[in-house]
Amino acid sequence: METKSRIDILALFLFLVIALIGVASVYSATSDQGVFSLFEGRSGKQLMWLSASIFFGVVIFLLNANFFEVFSMYFYVLFMLLLVLVLVIGVDINGARSWIKIGSFSIQPSEFAKYGTSFAVAAIISRIGFSFQNKNDIIKLVTITLIPMGLIIIQGDMGSALVFLSFILVFYIEGLTPAIILLGISMIAVFVLTLVFSSLYFSISAFILWFVFYAFTYTNKKLLIPSLSIAGLAIIFSMSVQFLFDNVLKEHQQKRIQVTLNLIEDNMGAGYNVNQSKIAIGSGGLFGKGFLNGSHTKGNFIPEQETDFIFCTIGEEGGWVLSSITIALYVTFILRLFYLSSRAKKKYKRIFISSLASIIFFHVLVNIGMTIGIMPVIGIPLPLVSYGGSSILAFGLFIFTALKMDATRDQDLESVFS
Amino acid sequence: MRTYRLYYVYITVILVGLLFVFRLFQVQVIDDKYALIAEKISLRKQTVYPQRGLIFDRNDKLLVYNDPVYDLMISVPIKLKGIDTLSFCQLLEIDKKKFDQLLLKAKQKSYRGKSVFKKNISNVTYARIQERLYQYKGFFFEIRQDRNYKFNSSAHLLGYLGEVNKQDLKNQKEGYYEQGDFIGKKGVERFYEYQLRGIKGERYFYVDRSGVNKGSYKDGKLDYEPIDGQNISLSIDIDLQQYGEKLLNHKMGSIVAIEPKTGEILSLISSPFYNPANFNIQNRGKFYTRAIQDPTKPIFNRAVSAPYPPGSTFKPIMALVGLEDGAIKPTSHFNCAGQYRLGKRIIRCHFHPFNTSLKQSIASSCNTYYCNIFKNMMQASKYNSSEDAYISWRSYLTSFGLGSKLGIDISGEYKGWLKEPAYYDKMHGKGRWNYARIISLSFGQGELGLTPIQIANVASIIANQGYYYTPHVIKEIEGMKSIPQKYLIKNYTKVSQSNFLPVIQGMQEVTISGTASHIAIDNINIAGKTGTVQNPHGKNHSAYMAFAPVEDPEIAIAVVVEESGYGASWAAPIAHLMIEKYLMPDTMQESSRPFLQKQMMDSDLIPYKYKSKIDKSLYGN
Repeated sequence: METKSRIDILALFLFLVIALIGVASVYSATSDQGVFSLFEGRSGKQLMWLSASIFFGVVIFLLNANFFEVFSMYFYVLFMLLLVLVLVIGVDINGARSWIKIGSFSIQPSEFAKYGTSFAVAAIISRIGFSFQNKNDIIKLVTITLIPMGLIIIQGDMGSALVFLSFILVFYIEGLTPAIILLGISMIAVFVLTLVFSSLYFSISAFILWFVFYAFTYTNKKLLIPSLSIAGLAIIFSMSVQFLFDNVLKEHQQKRIQVTLNLIEDNMGAGYNVNQSKIAIGSGGLFGKGFLNGSHTKGNFIPEQETDFIFCTIGEEGGWVLSSITIALYVTFILRLFYLSSRAKKKYKRIFISSLASIIFFHVLVNIGMTIGIMPVIGIPLPLVSYGGSSILAFGLFIFTALKMDATRDQDLESVFS
Repeated sequence: MRTYRLYYVYITVILVGLLFVFRLFQVQVIDDKYALIAEKISLRKQTVYPQRGLIFDRNDKLLVYNDPVYDLMISVPIKLKGIDTLSFCQLLEIDKKKFDQLLLKAKQKSYRGKSVFKKNISNVTYARIQERLYQYKGFFFEIRQDRNYKFNSSAHLLGYLGEVNKQDLKNQKEGYYEQGDFIGKKGVERFYEYQLRGIKGERYFYVDRSGVNKGSYKDGKLDYEPIDGQNISLSIDIDLQQYGEKLLNHKMGSIVAIEPKTGEILSLISSPFYNPANFNIQNRGKFYTRAIQDPTKPIFNRAVSAPYPPGSTFKPIMALVGLEDGAIKPTSHFNCAGQYRLGKRIIRCHFHPFNTSLKQSIASSCNTYYCNIFKNMMQASKYNSSEDAYISWRSYLTSFGLGSKLGIDISGEYKGWLKEPAYYDKMHGKGRWNYARIISLSFGQGELGLTPIQIANVASIIANQGYYYTPHVIKEIEGMKSIPQKYLIKNYTKVSQSNFLPVIQGMQEVTISGTASHIAIDNINIAGKTGTVQNPHGKNHSAYMAFAPVEDPEIAIAVVVEESGYGASWAAPIAHLMIEKYLMPDTMQESSRPFLQKQMMDSDLIPYKYKSKIDKSLYGN
């Protein structure tokens, strides 16, 4: 059988367009710092990292199609070692020990950890005999994802750690019972309600609700115990949320959450970034102020505007039209990746590609949500757009690895265990 | 199972995308709140002040010019991050405590994204700070035009600038002024504010977080350049003005000289005066309180604001009214034996021939003659009552511009005192008063008050034989064809021209054989009238009015020297010196009377009671 190795043109195109929007935005966001062309300063570096990832992409395409699958666990261990190493020799930037300095470069292992973890997740789930009903399998899977999360939390980078929650989506697609997701959504609901109304009021309301439920169904004795335990668990969870929120979270974390829930207004403190970000995006109007003409961007009113808050520059200078186009590009890209995963013949490839799609989805959801004030401030980059060498390179490698897997799908035999 | 779960994921991704797009549509397109906030945060307006119009005298000598003052401003919200406060304090020559005070004040008084940090910084300090200002982000300078003066002269007339106050801001119609702007507060500066101020320009630009300029807004499409104010020329002769100020030095009083043919004010002096430079924006704070506390009232513009009983300078007017009303004829004589008896009251007169003619009465200032005119008029059969007669008498005076404001173009004009009949009704009872009660008016005493400019205007009327132009100091406004129309209209009195001749002859006799004959000037015929004004608070006020040359009058003048003595002793000599200076400036050096000039200039007539309280620094250079 003749084997063809064709890269998915649409995905590649979307990757390049989004990355170039990124370079232009970084240029605009930093054009004020004595940078006079796209090829200088941070936008120049961004271009350099983009070229580097394309270079590695070519290298990846030259490798044997099964190279990654074979070495999956070794990759995982390698990236976990980097996460440990950063704790030992890393440098502190902005209160997080996330960077390893090598000469004039700094690399951020947490950006690569998602890539490494995806190999392990794909390897474990695609093993013959793996089942989401099997406790040992579940424990393995959870351990594999909790290790990088834990290490990154120790570094002090809560945002990057939360990215690993993206794998829940992969697990769901692969057969994890949706009850887990329902449970997750319920827990978020209880969490929000508790912070808005306090656990006392939540508990009273939950009890009254249960009582009303009971009053209508008291003839059915079977419902008493389950309904009572659900209400009880919700109350206990609410109280623990209250306790954890008050006693474990740091003040700035508490405030960020409260600002997002509109419980407090703190435009000069915890809410400063989001407020300025909303002002920048909101002032863009329908068509924006024009490239390099964003007064808010130029005025450096938004901290981190070339990294986590890069979407402000797009929103201010490109207006609603460019913002929507950018979102549409992301949505198309994510959908395309999920589609590529679905057409993979091998379970391993399918899981790896859908991990990438889920991770990008999580990043976009949280990052853009944050800049327009519907998500709390969680410092993670907008994939391919935010300034940052590690992020660009890691996503580049990730995407090219996935595209390579897709390109060589014809060589694979249809998986028996799908 | 996997396939439909994947569809759920597709749907979720699309829904999130749509949610974002809708939310962005709401924030970016529907809600325009953010665009406004963004502009408020990063858009700044800088006012560019125009050059205020210059002021020249009638001979095109520059009197008032502009002198920039610098206000150190700070961007709001204030961010002092990375600023070396200590070195900044040294640069500004203040200590840390003062710095904190200024900062607090700046925080409290911010206005449109900026706030004044320190006002009125001098040229030198400005140059020093400007060089290093880039080190202190958020601080910038705004330049405004203060005034400076070529001559230490004419302070009252020129007036001064000040910052607009709440009242000014409230009263303005066109919304031109903003807090912190300068506006003419007094004198010509106030009266011609609209012409002098020009039109402010505006520049819009963006600032960054630290308030640093980030370039113009919309490429400067909304900016406009300031339009400089119009220059104006005054009718004042600065040489004459300075000469008069020397003559009035160390005296309390006033000189007003008018060109009768045009109503142009040639000279307007109020003494004591002050150096106008002491009252500009930069200095007034230091001097204002001192000036207020000075008992000789140096800020008070006596020339237009102080009403004096005119004393005998009133007699020519009285004669004109008497002639016009038929109370006397040009040939009328009255007997005077040195006094006028009115029941028990005796009005004293001076030594002069017994049978007095009109001419003689003016020349020797006979009180009796004028008591008789007044009595004849008030008892004339054509009037039904004393009140009717008084109303008639008063209406003659109002036609001379007395009892109301003339409408001059200098601020602070007072209308003087000329009572309505109701005043006497109230004092004596309705219908219960007659000429005898108010006889003092006939020789310029009693309830009569004329400002020096009103007296000078009367001299001007007599010189013109019956009419006057409203006195004014404006001669030319740059870019305008004429001065305001109201200064080009002849105002006629109720006295006909023929009646002026005998009075002018009498006034000329004053300088030939009368009370001012001792100071007559060769080659100039002067018509004058002395006045010695009784002053219940101290020595008499010395007063004089005159015009010259009689044949073709070019100058009409009034002089008042407070608490000094006879009209003939001070006011008359000063007036004659002024006339000579104006008409024959070249021969003045060889003046026949260098001694008189020196005596006038050197005499200190400030009453002793004030001496210790005078603040000399006000007058200095």
